[in-house]
Formats: sequence, C-alpha cells, structure tokens
Amino acid sequence: MTTKLTTKQRLQINRQKMSEQAPLIRNANFEEVNLGLPEKVALLEAERCLQCKDPKCVSGCPVMVNIPRFIEFLSQGQLSDAARSLLNDNALPSITGRVCPQETQCEVECIRGHKGLPVAIGYLERFVGDWARGHSAAQALQVAPPSGKKVAIVGSGPGGLTAAGELAKFGHDVTIYEALHKPGGVLVYGIPEFRLPKKIVQAEVARLEQVGVKIVCNTVIGRTYTLQELREQFDAVFIANGAGLPQFMNVPGENLKGVYSANEYLTRVNLMSAYQFPRADTPVLKGKRIATVGGGNVAMDSARTAKRMGAETSMIVYRRTHKELPARAEEVHHAEEEGIQFEFLVAPVAVVGNEKKWVTGLKCVRMQLGEPDASGRARPIPIPGSEFVIPCDIVVVAIGTRANPLLTSTCPDLKLNKWGNIIVDDKGQTSLTGVFAGGDIVRGAATVILAMGDGKSAAKAMDEFLRGGARRP
Amino acid sequence: MNFMHRIVAKTQLSPNVTRLDVEAPRIAEIRQAGQFVIVRRGEGAERIPLTIADGDPATGTITLVIQAVGKSTRELVALEPEEAIMDIAGPLGHPTMLIDAGRALCIGGGVGTAVVHPIAQALHRRGVSVLSIIGGRSREWVIFEEELRRLGEVTVCTDDGSYGRHGFVTDAAKDALAASKIDVVYAVGPVPMMRAVVNLTRPLSVRTIVSLNPVMVDGTGMCGGCRVAVGGETKFACVDGPEFDGHLVDFDLLMDRLTTYREFEQQALAACEEAECRVGLGPTPAGAHPGSAPRVTIASLQ
Repeated sequence: MTTKLTTKQRLQINRQKMSEQAPLIRNANFEEVNLGLPEKVALLEAERCLQCKDPKCVSGCPVMVNIPRFIEFLSQGQLSDAARSLLNDNALPSITGRVCPQETQCEVECIRGHKGLPVAIGYLERFVGDWARGHSAAQALQVAPPSGKKVAIVGSGPGGLTAAGELAKFGHDVTIYEALHKPGGVLVYGIPEFRLPKKIVQAEVARLEQVGVKIVCNTVIGRTYTLQELREQFDAVFIANGAGLPQFMNVPGENLKGVYSANEYLTRVNLMSAYQFPRADTPVLKGKRIATVGGGNVAMDSARTAKRMGAETSMIVYRRTHKELPARAEEVHHAEEEGIQFEFLVAPVAVVGNEKKWVTGLKCVRMQLGEPDASGRARPIPIPGSEFVIPCDIVVVAIGTRANPLLTSTCPDLKLNKWGNIIVDDKGQTSLTGVFAGGDIVRGAATVILAMGDGKSAAKAMDEFLRGGARRP
Repeated sequence: MNFMHRIVAKTQLSPNVTRLDVEAPRIAEIRQAGQFVIVRRGEGAERIPLTIADGDPATGTITLVIQAVGKSTRELVALEPEEAIMDIAGPLGHPTMLIDAGRALCIGGGVGTAVVHPIAQALHRRGVSVLSIIGGRSREWVIFEEELRRLGEVTVCTDDGSYGRHGFVTDAAKDALAASKIDVVYAVGPVPMMRAVVNLTRPLSVRTIVSLNPVMVDGTGMCGGCRVAVGGETKFACVDGPEFDGHLVDFDLLMDRLTTYREFEQQALAACEEAECRVGLGPTPAGAHPGSAPRVTIASLQ
C-alpha cells in the first residue's frame, strides 16, 4: 500500500495518455483502437483525483457511480476493492469506460478540469472494469436469497442487461428476451469491434448468466409473445427494446442500390461479420467513396467502419459545424486521425444514381447557421442556389432512429407519446401496472449510459413494486 | 440460451426445392398465413427470411420450403433429418388479410406456391371458395399440388406443356377471371409473374395481394434493407408487409434492389461449389438469382 499524497503532489501529476493503435494502421483493421492503461499508469492517474468532499463528478454520472471511492481504492493498489465498489454502482464498467461521453458527464464536472485537464475517469473505469473481468471469480455478483418473483426483460441491450443484473442482485428470477440471435443489442449490432470488442459484451452476458439470468434469443416480443402474455407469466416486465427503426432522409433516390441505413450497414459488418466475407456469409457493399450523413456517434462508427472496409475516401456529411457535432469528442478526434473527411454545413437534397440504379453521388445544398432552434443548437439554413454533387458510390444514412412499433402496436393499452415512445412515470413505470420501460424506447435515440441509468433505476422501482406484495396484474 | 431446431423430415419437392419440417413449437402454435421466419443455419451463416408454408401445433413443427439457389440456401437444404438449424425467429410480418366469404384466386409461381399454400389453407378454413393456379417450368417443378387440391380446385400450368395446361399462370388466371366472379387474388411468385398478374387484375379492379421478399437482415424493422415502394411511399416489407396491395407496388424497384448483392452471391456460390457443398441438387436454373431471394427467383417466368 502506498502512502497518501498531498494535494500539492497530486496537482503536479499530469493527465496520463492512453496508448492507441497508430491511425494509419488501425484504419485498416477492426482491432480495438484504444489499448488501455498499464496498471502502473492507471495507479498514477488515480493519484490525480483530489478526493473532493463534495464530488461533482458523481452528479455528472447518469448511474451515480461513486467515482472518488473506486479511484481511491485504485490509487492505493486495492484493485479488488476498487472493482467491488465500481461494480456495485455500475454493472458494465468495461463497456461504459469505452463508450460513455465522459467529457460531457463526469469529467466535465471534475474540479481539476477548471485549471488543466480533468482526471481521466473513463480510462480508470475501463481499467478497473477490465481488471474485474480478468478476475471474475472474485467479482461474482452477490445475489440476495430468491424472492420467488419472476421478471421478464424485453431486449438485451445496455438497459436490459443493467436491469437484469440489478434485479438478479435483488433475488428475482430474471428472463431476458432478445429478438436477434445474439445478446447485447446495440452493443453487438451497432457499436463496432474497434470501439467495443464483442468479447467484452459476451463476458458481461456470461456474468449475468452465472447468477441465473436466462437469456432467450430469437424471441420477438410483439410477435413470438405478446406483452400481455409476458404480464400473465411474470410478476413484472421491463421493456428496453431500443429505438430500432432507422430514419431516412426522405429525399429522391434514397432507394437506389448503395444507400444504407447506418443500422443496416453496421449490423452487416458487426453482428453478421460481413468484413470477413466470404468466410462469413453476409455481404456488404464496398465502395471507393462513401458518404455518411449525420454527426453523431453512429455516423462516426459508420464512416470509420467504411474506411476499414477499404474505402479510399470516407466522409461525414453534416449540416452544422465541427462545434455542433453530437458525437463523443474522442470519436471525432479518432475519425479525423484516421483520415475521415468532414463536409460541414451541407445537407443532402437527393441521392444521384446511374442508369443501372447504383448510387453515383449525393446532391447537397450548402447551409449557414441561423438562430438557435428548439434543441438550443444553431439552426442550419440552406443557401439558395448552392447545390452541388459529392461523387460517391455508397451513402450511409445516420440521422437517427425512431421507436420501433413492433411491440407497442400490439399493446393498445400502453400509452405512447406522439413519436411512439413509451410514456413512463418518475419510477419508470408505464401506463400498465407492473410494466416498466427505459432506454431509447422511452427517450428516443440516446446513449448507452442513459439506457443503463434507466435500467438501474427501473430495477430499483420494480424491486419495490415486487416487494410491495403486488399481485400479478 | 438458444433453442436448437431439429429437422424432423426432409422432402425433395422439385429439382431444387426442398421441404424441411422443423421443430419450432411456439411458432407452430401461433403462426398465421402470410407470416415468415428468419432462419440462420449456424455460426457465420446469413439470416434469411422464409415464409412459413405450414405448421402443426400438435407436433410442434413448421414447414419451410426452400429453393436452393445460393450458398446459404444450398447449405440449408444440405441439412439432414436429426440435424438442427441454430436460429429461427418469428413468426414475423403481418398475417394475410383474408376475406370472410366469396371466392379467392390463389396464384403460385414456382416456389411461391409454397407461400400461397397457407393462404389458401386459411381461406378454406373460413369457408371461402378457393381456386388455385400454380405453375412451373415442367412437371417436375410443380409443387404443393396435392395439398392445394384438398382446399379447392387447382389448375396446373407448365411452361413446356409437360403437365397440365401449356403456358404461364397468367394465361390461366385471365380465363379464370373471365369465367367467374373473383373477390380477391393472392399472387406469389417471381417478380415478373406478380407484376403480370397485377397488370391483369388492375383493369378489372380485382383486389390483388402480393407477398414480397426483398433482401432482409434482421426482419424486425431495424435495418431498413427490405424497403419497398408501395403507393409512392417507402415501406419496410418485414414490419409493414410482407404482403401488400399489388396494384400499388413498384415492382421495378423491387426487382432492381434484389440484384444488389448478385456479385457477392456469385462469389459465395463459386467458393461453395469449389468446396463441393452442393449436396443432392440439380443445376441452378438459368437466370435465377442465387442467394438472397429464394422465394421470388424461380426461373419459370423469367
């Protein structure tokens, strides 16, 4: 055990860097970009935490991880305690450490960020999460005695997995229903291997299965079973089926061959391993010039995937500027390093094709920024007469998703908002007693960590509901 | 925890169409006419949509009818009884819009006949009079004749006249529409066949339902790869269909989008043939698209 440093000594330590694969090497492979911190470096970074009495970082975290606590254990070299503390607050730290937008959540609140760089909370979370995976025997979930209550969870994405872990911890008998053939939801079909290796998701799923969580794949709630059937067979239900329906741009030419939704493009490459074609059976079109429309994480993932699939030019087409890009800062930075081109202040007006109906270009109009809109961001306004064509052979549309009506349309009693998202109360409960919901099906397209936050708080509310001796609805 | 789907019976229906009866108890219990499943044979395999041709809740089995044209479908029909399919998800898509009374004309081209079968079955169960017209290139390519005969009158057409009426199903359909009042037409087969049927019924204002089988990945509305244009609007065949009002379908777009992966399919097939995975199959019909669209690509009318 090391001796405690003084604040002055802590302030003298510079933020540690995480090593990465070199940009021009990694943009041709699907291996993880970030290589993680060595233990020595992680411990040094942990020493940078000032252990604030009133830690602001915690309130910046959607699942309220007790950040100073796990970092303190880490700085003392007590890895097992650090892991226990972190896992108690956050069931999936190896995942959130990689995909959370720390710069707008915990790290933006870090007091050290006021003068210099904040503590690299995300790096440390990832380090401890990965350590815990490597020492899983010591980190098995502690579960309460069986409660005798059965819970169904719809969807095995971040919201569903988090809720499952919490509910299992409370002693409930949990079954997750997944529509696809593999568990993980967006963590396996959406987020690419180079950002979140699938073996991490598998390990988290295995950890849940070890404590008795059952995961039933190939089961589409709304089709294979109705929500009503789940309500009859289980004491409570948590719906976390995501916002699965891709939005298109509604411009001419969008059904030409070579136009993909980001969902389809990423699903083919990630879930179906199209990058290994013909070793894997599912193909994906390869292009020389690929234009991805959108500025979020999904757009960055698509553009970077396209580069790795061999595109000579992979570009992001975004109607605002660099400053407004909604993607995580690190993803934008990595994309730039990997040679992704950015076309700012342009919006597509049509997809252009040849006589064989293959995409040959994306017709765009230039934009200028006007007054802030309802989202608080400057509204892009088209500049008349500024149309031009970006030559390309593939267009990937990454402008968001809508609520998938597959489940909700088969359950008319479930109250929805005008976008088709499920309405919940402050406990995450829907208009149906004992049916809770969270993640993108409630929020519209949001983030992994917000879905996890919903899973965690809904699990707590469901536990109270189940302990309250509520009868089956 | 994935349920493995044991194959309980395998029957060769035509030179390249195979029937597999597969354990899928839940789907067998609740499937309705017009619905499909997504099938993934094993690790690394594609997810392919297949219409549920029949099902028996008592035995817990469903019937899949597969035209082996590409690598994925060939490997699927290479499976033998007691072997298993790793993943089957469903039933997916909206059930067929059925009429309650009257007379229905069910037209099946090639392997599409297997898709027409559950529709005819459901209509018959409701007491609707069912007239079926089914076709194939020659006698050996005609499937589900016996099953459909149990549900009503059947006219068989062959392109070469080797069996039944000489000619296309559309010729027989034309006569049937002239001979008696038809309340609704259900047409499933190759895209050119469905288009020809729709062109026949449009001037007669006879409602015509077609079942579309574009390229799909997930089958639950997530990828949007299966988009089709219906009445000028983009629809996802997996969640909005797979059956649509044929008079509103843009068949050119469907036909064109089905060719998206042709190069890949040929590459996969070549690799597959090199590895001699073509178990017990006849030659691929000339002009058929291997791979992604097993249901709509029989050669009979191309």
